[in-house]
Amino acid sequence: MVQKSNSIIVGIVSRFMAPFIQLFALYVIAHGHYSPGGGFQGGALLGASILLLRLTVGDKGSELVFKKEFGTPLSGFGVFIYAAVGVLAMIGGGLYLDYGSLPFAGMTPAELRSLGILLVETGVGIGVMATVIAIFDDLTMRHFRD
Amino acid sequence: MKLLSYILLISFGLILVYAANELPTRGDPNAPINRDSSLAGTPGATAHYIRNAEKDMKTPNVVTTILADYRGYDTLGETTVIFCAGIVVFLILRKQKDGSKV
Repeated sequence: MVQKSNSIIVGIVSRFMAPFIQLFALYVIAHGHYSPGGGFQGGALLGASILLLRLTVGDKGSELVFKKEFGTPLSGFGVFIYAAVGVLAMIGGGLYLDYGSLPFAGMTPAELRSLGILLVETGVGIGVMATVIAIFDDLTMRHFRD
Repeated sequence: MKLLSYILLISFGLILVYAANELPTRGDPNAPINRDSSLAGTPGATAHYIRNAEKDMKTPNVVTTILADYRGYDTLGETTVIFCAGIVVFLILRKQKDGSKV
């Protein structure tokens, strides 16, 4: 349980900034092919934007954006996406994580590899974001009633 | 005792600085890491990646190609490690709501 910040300036500014941080995070993930960045960095940014809301707006307001129950399942889901892309490549007739043989029609192997990198980075991003949030929520939870 | 640790730290630091003088400059084509073949005669990895990354997967960022494709298993392991960290914190800290011991 995180206490809501008392300052109205902090609350409004962080609520204003959070969507821009999330937009930049999506840019970092999606533009990882051409510029520094990728799943880890974008996921950390996404997680940080939610943590900002958790700290300033409080639990009630920030759970409108990201519910606490979603943290741990989503982090598993991110890893699952990564592993599933590998299995998908096996279904397409290649080796595990060999994106060149992903079963999507009408694309050259080079394009398939580019797509595979994007899919994998998305999985990493979701996993990192959810893990950061889940650890924060576990650490700040108060179920210790003794 | 404190003085001894300072002397040890400073001497190790001096050894590191002395060793860093001998490092090859960045992008040196004659450095062992950048050669076409290693000392044992096997083909070098770096030159292969830089030459083929854009052709193989239409991605100009060589770091991304190595991270996500050439070294895909490694990144899968990294993601799993982060997931494990989250799960461990979950298992240690989270208790059930009715107060029963987990």
